[in-house]
Amino acid sequence: MLIDSGSPGAAGTIGISLTINGERRNIQVAPWTTLLDLLRERLDLTGTKKGCDHGQCGACTVLVDGTRINSCLTLAVMKDGAEITTVEGLASLAAREGKNSLHPIQEAFVEHDAFQCGYCTPGQLCSSVGLMNEGHAHSRDEIREAMSGNICRCGAYTNIVDAIEDVMQQGGAR
Amino acid sequence: MNRFDYVRPNTVAEAVQALGADPAARFIAGGTNLIDLMKYDVERPGRLVDITRLPLRDIEERDGGLRIGALVTNATVAYDSAVKERYPLLSSAILAGASAQLRNAASTGGNLLQRTRCYYFYDTATPCNKREPGTGCSAIGGVNRIHAILGASEHCIATHPSDMAVALAALEAVVQVSGPNGDRAIPIAEFHRLPGDDPAKDTNLAPGEIIVAVDLPAKSFTTNFTYLKLRDRLSYAFALVSVAAALELDGQTIRTARLALGGVAHKPWRNTEAEALLQGEPATRETFAAAADLILREAKPQSTNGFKIELARRAIVRGLEQAAAGTPQSQSDKRIQ
Ligand SMILES: Cc1cc2nc3c(=O)[nH]c(=O)nc-3n(C[C@H](O)[C@H](O)[C@H](O)COP(=O)(O)OP(=O)(O)OC[C@H]3O[C@@H](n4cnc5c(N)ncnc54)[C@H](O)[C@@H]3O)c2cc1C
Ligand code: SF4
Ligand code: FES
Ligand code: FES
Repeated sequence: MLIDSGSPGAAGTIGISLTINGERRNIQVAPWTTLLDLLRERLDLTGTKKGCDHGQCGACTVLVDGTRINSCLTLAVMKDGAEITTVEGLASLAAREGKNSLHPIQEAFVEHDAFQCGYCTPGQLCSSVGLMNEGHAHSRDEIREAMSGNICRCGAYTNIVDAIEDVMQQGGAR
Repeated sequence: MNRFDYVRPNTVAEAVQALGADPAARFIAGGTNLIDLMKYDVERPGRLVDITRLPLRDIEERDGGLRIGALVTNATVAYDSAVKERYPLLSSAILAGASAQLRNAASTGGNLLQRTRCYYFYDTATPCNKREPGTGCSAIGGVNRIHAILGASEHCIATHPSDMAVALAALEAVVQVSGPNGDRAIPIAEFHRLPGDDPAKDTNLAPGEIIVAVDLPAKSFTTNFTYLKLRDRLSYAFALVSVAAALELDGQTIRTARLALGGVAHKPWRNTEAEALLQGEPATRETFAAAADLILREAKPQSTNGFKIELARRAIVRGLEQAAAGTPQSQSDKRIQ
């Protein structure tokens, strides 16, 4: 057995190691802590938002080993050893490549006015990068479909698709 | 969420042992259904057995077909080149479900074992025979727009929400399981069950058993197939009615037909009588309508879901027309040309 938190009901915490936005961290976590709550409540990475807490809105989208998932529906302990990128880390992904202070998708969101209140935006940004890493969406219709897991109550959808299309035409994510 | 014990085994045998005979223990894979239910206190496991480190992530050739490991994600299956080429019906059904983020996390085994989306099942303040046997069914006479029209019982009228399972039913997949009493294979038609007088049980999986793989038989339908999903919005919503249709044609004559419905019953609904009726007939709207009538002969409406019977009838005809026409299958383009 790799890991065991002890007897049923025990309030035992488990030591895990995560690389978050490029920084390796060893963290003691209760097994019932979601990745979203760990990021926001424990690590002060409040860029990632909690909308519904049930997988229905996409505001909590982060990249785990480059793949976009809903951080509200995963337990932090289950991601032991993984590399997590949140909206706070997108810029540093770009900086690593010697680019500007913002990730190209962030610049494109500003350029195309792809938000209003901004609450869904961190999730939209991480989801956009995940979409480009996946490489399955090409047309505008395909981008719309592949972004359906991110709800925007302000209805910025058209401009979000514009922003993603723009970055894809410039040669993609990173 | 309640507190629980957490274990993370490395092998199937360890996982089966860690679950043991404890009825309060649960396996967790993608977590997208179980964690959701735990947040509503519908599930309160005493112990979680995290199976994500088990070696069940491969898609392999097997007896002319494919074996999909239980932990392969829904996204990986849908975009796998062998699956896309040989079982495009399965790809299409998976991509019609949930969102990209959820499909990246959701596993093959977890998808089969996801629980109903009946509102009352989720609401611990209301009676529900599936959640708490013997308390009654709030959906009967309540809000039952999304509920079953086929195979329901007086104890439960819930539907199974999986899209993937509907395609697997049409493809006659086989679920491979391992448990305290060894390994066995369960044909998909016998995997999920009807509610009867024991709606707490969704499947015929025995206590302590783990899904290790899903086998796709050699027979694939690569030209004339469709997964048609009708729902309240075009993406990121569960099916009201869905149809997995697969045909083999000799010119305009139907040689083989497979047809399974989602969103209408406690399990993917397959009617082999209707399939037999299609065989040898011309691939026309009249033939398809006759099959639909046969399937829906026994349909029974609840107080607010009567519309689903007509919706299902039209979906069956439309799905078979799409299959016969070899309609494009992208989520964003399913015209009949
Ligand atoms: C907002 C939202 C929308 C959705 N829309 C759709 C949709 O349109 N169509 C659709 O089909 N689905 C939809 N889903 C459901 C989604 O597909 C399922 O949640 C997912 O497939 C479950 O897989 P998982 O690996 O995350 O399961 P988990 O949550 O990890 O597990 C689910 C259950 O299966 C058990 N289990 C898991 N793996 C095994 C195994 N190998 N052996 C034995 N038991 C196991 C667990 O104990 C648990 O009881 C949606 C979900 C959400 C949250
Ligand atoms: S339909 Fe089934 S799941 Fe829904 S309230 Fe009735 S018993 Fe519960
Ligand atoms: S907060 Fe995770 S999907 Fe809404
Ligand atoms: S910008 Fe307000 S929710 Fe999307």
